Amino acid sequence: MFVELNNLLNTTPDTAEQGKLTLLCDAKTDGSFLVHHFLSFYLKANCKVCFVALIQSFSHYSIVGQKLGVSLTMARERGQLVFLEGLKSAVDIVFQAQKEPHPLQFLREANAGNLKPLFEFVREALKPVDSGEAQWTYPVLLVDDLSVLLSLGMGAVAVLDFIHYCRATVCWELKGNMVVLVHDSGDAEDEENDILLNGLSHQSHLILRAEGLATGFCRDVHGQLRILWRRPSQPTVHRDQSFTYQYKIQDKSVSFFAKGMSPAVL
Amino acid sequence: MAAVATCGSVAASTGSAVATASKSNVTSFQRRGPRASGTNDSGPRLVSIAGTRPSVRNGQLLVSTGLPALDQLLGGGLAVGTVLLIEEDKYNIYSPLLFKYFLAEGTVSGHTLLVASAKEDPANILQELPAPLLDDKCKKEFDEDVYDHKTPESNIKMRIAWRYQLLPKMEQIGPVSSSRFGHYYDASKRMPQELIEASNWHGFFLPEKISSTVKVEPCSLTPGYTKLLQFIQNIIYEEGFDGSNPQKKQRNILRIGIQNLGSPLWGDDICCAENGGNSHSLTKFLYVLRGLLRTSLSACIITMPTHLIQNKAIIARVTTLSDIVVGLESFIGSERETNPLYKDYHGLIHIRQIPRLNNLICDESDVKDLAFKLKRKLFTIERLHLPPDLSDTVSRSSKMDLAESAKRLGPGCGMMAGGKKHLDF
Repeated sequence: MFVELNNLLNTTPDTAEQGKLTLLCDAKTDGSFLVHHFLSFYLKANCKVCFVALIQSFSHYSIVGQKLGVSLTMARERGQLVFLEGLKSAVDIVFQAQKEPHPLQFLREANAGNLKPLFEFVREALKPVDSGEAQWTYPVLLVDDLSVLLSLGMGAVAVLDFIHYCRATVCWELKGNMVVLVHDSGDAEDEENDILLNGLSHQSHLILRAEGLATGFCRDVHGQLRILWRRPSQPTVHRDQSFTYQYKIQDKSVSFFAKGMSPAVL
Repeated sequence: MAAVATCGSVAASTGSAVATASKSNVTSFQRRGPRASGTNDSGPRLVSIAGTRPSVRNGQLLVSTGLPALDQLLGGGLAVGTVLLIEEDKYNIYSPLLFKYFLAEGTVSGHTLLVASAKEDPANILQELPAPLLDDKCKKEFDEDVYDHKTPESNIKMRIAWRYQLLPKMEQIGPVSSSRFGHYYDASKRMPQELIEASNWHGFFLPEKISSTVKVEPCSLTPGYTKLLQFIQNIIYEEGFDGSNPQKKQRNILRIGIQNLGSPLWGDDICCAENGGNSHSLTKFLYVLRGLLRTSLSACIITMPTHLIQNKAIIARVTTLSDIVVGLESFIGSERETNPLYKDYHGLIHIRQIPRLNNLICDESDVKDLAFKLKRKLFTIERLHLPPDLSDTVSRSSKMDLAESAKRLGPGCGMMAGGKKHLDF
């Protein structure tokens, strides 16, 4: 996890809020560093994490996780992390007929129906174990990334339904957190993606939006991060807070600074 | 190179833990530490694969794309397990060249090739590969490799280091590839027949395969894509590139080349209709291909006619599902052909995306304005230089023309952080 980002968001692994949906969004840049941040953050907070990784392999997250101070293999072995590797499962599903229903079995079907098997998988992974003592603090669902589901034939409504079911179970029933990543296609006119992004923006409590700089490529400033706090359930008497920072990604951390205050410029 | 080995050893213990924990013990993104060669090997021996080298940044295995200039722009080369997507130029003149360079590099390095095309017979594609430009020393070593690999080690008497004559010959140790990385090719000559015949290649020609009545697993992809995926998966499994076949221990790279993917010849209609029935076929294909590549020692090049795709959203999705995306824009037929700015070049090359693999950052090049030209023998990529403005008559109209075209050069923005406006300074 990035300590500077924790300071900006005013949280620490011990004092994080529960029952929240965080939306990560990237436009014209790569926002995967936020996924790595939240993965290591919740593992350090001793939460039970279910990670639906659709776009990269386990070893990718594992190697970056080591740089950030968490070991995914150890977490998986002791049961703290349930990892669904989309790429490996896709190969298994497409080439061999599966006997038991698989969370990603919509890949075999011509008309993709809904994501019910995936939801069942998440619910099964995060349900509290009745062993008596509470081993993990609260459950967390991480999805990287939802836009891939649209590429695989799912409709935007099916994905929104899936998130709705997950939110009801994870955030409301189990008092856990959810973090999902969606790409913003910008001017590519991806209607399904826009529906998904707008729908999620209205439901989420915290939106982190990584954007490219308006002026183009810069070696010292890799992009801009917009943080938006929302309270979707309460009427908006107080205006939603929004902050903007620019960032530079380094090998093991990300440094944030106010707009125009990059150390390279000063 | 030594630094790579030592920092690899820090992660080697956890790397090997990953190897033992997972069932398929070859993922191409393992750190090439001393125990990365699998749990069956005894002893900390690093057997290197010809034609590859570890990346300077994170020790990942890279292969050359066939163009050393492109390798440099991509941060050293194409990582094993990833896809290089080439967005074809309008008349498909230069993208087959890049395709052939990739395959030629595989032939010269001794990799296994898998060529898939719906238009040309793969055997014909291989006949047209460019000839490698080998300097004399390399040529001799190469000829010896090709002809003498059956004879036992040569009895060259050592004259100076004669004490070492008696020591047994050791296998190459260390993260140095046993042959050169990245060769230059002569585009005007064909590759010698012996080299092509000595290489191990598999061809997939769609019109032949589509008529066969082999049972196809039900899937919602177009039949051409399904057959191609099965073919690739078959080769990977049969020849042991994914390490799951206990009989085969493969220590080579599989280079996959797919030509004109997404064109109507593959049975896909995304280039013909905006909202066809098969709009998810291509993206699903790329996803499953990504899964296959990530779990095997292979690298893939795909050329795709993205300028024909009607629905822009699909291009964005295809870009997300590929690792490296390079776009070619040739000047033929456009107004830029006669533009004095571009008289030295044949087209522009855009590096649209570079992946961040096993890392938070990637090696992006600072140079965003790149142009290519095909000289008689070589295909070169260089930084686009504006010619000096030496006109005596500084007429207003000519200056405005130049300014207009200079603006269209691109605001210097890369794929990583795109800009919204062109800023004039």
